[in-house]
Amino acid sequence: MLESKIPSGPLEQNWTYYKGHCKLVNPANKRKLDVIVVGTGLAGASAAASLGELGYKVKAFCFQDSPRRAHSIAAQGGINAAKNYQNDGDSVFRLFYDTVKGGDYRAREANVHRLAEVSVNIIDQCVAQGVPFAREYGGLLNNRSFGGTQVKRTFYAAGQTGQQLLIGAYQAMERQVALGNVQQFTRHEMLDVVIIDGKARGIIARNLITGKLERHFGHAVLLCTGGYGNVFYLSTNAMGSNVTAIWKAHKQGAYFGNPCFTQIHPTCIPVSGDHQSKLTLMSESLRNDGRIWVPKKKDDNRKPNDIPEEERDYYLERRYPAFGNLVPRDVASRAAKERSDAGYGVGTTKQAVYLDFKYNLINKYGRAEATKRGIQNPDEATLVSLGKEVVKEEYGNLFDMYEKITGENPYEVPMRIYPAVHYTMGGLWVDYELMTNIKGLYALGEANFSDHGANRLGASALMQGLADGYFVIPYTIGNYLADEIATKPVPTTHEAFEKTEKEVADRINTLMNIRGKQTVESFHKRLGKIMWEKCGMTRNALGLQEAITEIRALKKEFWRDVCIPGAIHEMNPELDKAGRVADFIELGELMCKDALDRNESCGGHFREESQTEEGEAKRDDANYSYVAAWEYAGEGHWNLYKEVLNFEVAKPTQRSYK
Amino acid sequence: MEHYTMNLTLKVWRQKNTDDRGGFETYPVKNISSEMSFLEMFDVLNEELIREGKDPIAFDHDCREGICGMCSMYINGRPHGPWKANTVCQLHMRAYKDGDTIVVEPWRANAFPVIKDLMVDRTAFDRIIQAGGFISVNTGNALDANAIPVRKDKADAAFAAAACIGCGACVAACKNSSAMLFLSAKVSHLALLPQGAPERKTRAMNMVAQMDKEGFGACTNTGACEAVCPKEISIDTIARLNREYMLGAATVES
Repeated sequence: MLESKIPSGPLEQNWTYYKGHCKLVNPANKRKLDVIVVGTGLAGASAAASLGELGYKVKAFCFQDSPRRAHSIAAQGGINAAKNYQNDGDSVFRLFYDTVKGGDYRAREANVHRLAEVSVNIIDQCVAQGVPFAREYGGLLNNRSFGGTQVKRTFYAAGQTGQQLLIGAYQAMERQVALGNVQQFTRHEMLDVVIIDGKARGIIARNLITGKLERHFGHAVLLCTGGYGNVFYLSTNAMGSNVTAIWKAHKQGAYFGNPCFTQIHPTCIPVSGDHQSKLTLMSESLRNDGRIWVPKKKDDNRKPNDIPEEERDYYLERRYPAFGNLVPRDVASRAAKERSDAGYGVGTTKQAVYLDFKYNLINKYGRAEATKRGIQNPDEATLVSLGKEVVKEEYGNLFDMYEKITGENPYEVPMRIYPAVHYTMGGLWVDYELMTNIKGLYALGEANFSDHGANRLGASALMQGLADGYFVIPYTIGNYLADEIATKPVPTTHEAFEKTEKEVADRINTLMNIRGKQTVESFHKRLGKIMWEKCGMTRNALGLQEAITEIRALKKEFWRDVCIPGAIHEMNPELDKAGRVADFIELGELMCKDALDRNESCGGHFREESQTEEGEAKRDDANYSYVAAWEYAGEGHWNLYKEVLNFEVAKPTQRSYK
Repeated sequence: MEHYTMNLTLKVWRQKNTDDRGGFETYPVKNISSEMSFLEMFDVLNEELIREGKDPIAFDHDCREGICGMCSMYINGRPHGPWKANTVCQLHMRAYKDGDTIVVEPWRANAFPVIKDLMVDRTAFDRIIQAGGFISVNTGNALDANAIPVRKDKADAAFAAAACIGCGACVAACKNSSAMLFLSAKVSHLALLPQGAPERKTRAMNMVAQMDKEGFGACTNTGACEAVCPKEISIDTIARLNREYMLGAATVES
């Protein structure tokens, strides 16, 4: 049932073998083939640009007003690559191994190895495009370190790495627009996939300015629509980030892989009140230079700077001496929750811990600068001020952002941070070629499930998005389209287009005609609360069962009582949002079902029933070493298929960062 | 930080669509927390409008972390509001006090037609990038990333220019509705890097030609753009753009 299509042979030769043997499409034939790309983040923009360069006729869609606004832009810390420019022992194998281990042995080895291989090409490509990565005084590229690794392999552009990479991909794509190879459709939202004879042949999209539905044909359809963290209402995602495109594909038959695998990021600015609309990340790279602590005393109400050193509990350094503050995200998040729940939390809500830069300001950066400038016996104030200059260059924008949001100066006072939903490892199930189980329908980047297992390492999302778009899909799509060169474009008057468009229109009409009393936002908040409390950082069977019941009831209430103002044929952001929330509600049920079914702890998925005596996640390889691929089988019903994971090279061990 | 709540009067530009004349509407908002962001205050108002059966105010926003460039409100005569180096989404209500009146308009420029209420069409910026805001390198062509060293000061300056988020505040602040700061940021970013050198002679000229075609005004060096830029792009980049333009316009191939 699930054919992963991993090439045979040794792992390290899979991709080379594939590239040497996949089918090719000649340049004249490429011009006859239409490819639809939905989403213009790192995966979508890089795919659209690369396929346009190859000569395919590309149509790219995004709901924002410009492709450059996709949420990849907000990624802060960096992008991993196995360049080993630091001479610190890095290699393709190490990056592969760290990623599989970091994902708690729930990712597909062959995909991860390919990712590590092409990581080096990504950096080359981005530099050639003019991405202004951080450099050393000698003019060569600089690196920083990230969680879950012991080498420095992360390339970065201050705290704006995602922005610079996306602008690079966007510019490459705009160049193809100018050349006529890519047609771009902004303020358009995909509302369904059109399937003809078992193959994806196009989409129904809504023009968000006019509200009109449009039909677009493609010989293949690529969904590059990002993650679904907004199912929790509060997350670090953009307000518009949504699951709709992949959810529609799922309801058309595409399997959903590991939906419950959610990444809760440990360092975000804590919630301040009920009005909160989103959460803001403070880059993981800050954990390089910040030390995380809580007071040793419960309910300690002193100001952080008044708490003496010996009364601080650097709990990550205490619990995980080998990795310290650089443990992977899932581990750091749970440890913060554990301290806060035990009564050691800080700030007004007590749901926060400190991230403190003072130690490194003085000892790491301050002293190095003082030595550089020949200052003998500098006092603390001098060290702090010297250190600040360096930290400003590294993280200035993040510190400014923190101050704007909280009104506190993190150079002086430790940041208050708490975990928040950040990334979803789950997504549409895809094979080695990034094709879903529907022929001609692909999922790239965060929208697929493939590379990060049960927990993604920092600085790997940018890597995967660009790997999929620049270096994987240009090869794998040819292997499919080579057999489609004789397929003439299907006129959009075809009955399948008619039928799918009608279903989309009917649903919109139904939504608009409910004319209930409760706002879309209020339903979204309630869904988020259920998900965060019962399918969040820790989960248990009883809670998940309750959540499913509550979500089903919420769904009924939504379709009975939601209130959407305005009309269909106009710019109507509430209507756009209503469609997305309706899909999130259905997804929420599947996530709980998947979490309930997986009675083990792995990575970001922590089942309270499955933990070690020390409270660490306990995996159950004998029973759960598989990808859960769910097939939609009518309202509230799903069939489960299992892709068994074989680890031939990275042998599963209990993950230890101690 | 001290927390407080406030009651405010909002005067907001309402316009049904591009062809509508539009006009200001006044809305009282109550019990706004000083910890809210400016857009969260709009969320609260919109929820109220919906419950009253009225049309909520349309405005652009997405990341709410000051990086996507989507949010765009002209607040009391200043793009993105009173704080320096800031976007609307990062503006927080502690900038205001009880009893204040706040006037909110969309970006005003011929090249940015209003779509609805506070939303404008900024696709002109995409077309300016299409005219030359890139380095022509296909995927797969690249040298090793460390093959060409780049002086750190140049790389840092390129990065500072590349920080532009394409929000359009520079255009909204300019009395001529010029897009020079946006354009010069991109030209500077690419001109400062060795990778961008081969196309220097044509890039600035092509992008300026497109800017003129889109109906943006000319630059008269008032510096209003720099003052409101959320990413503090310097008008020095405009000087560099002029040099780049001259390089293209005044030199001939031998």
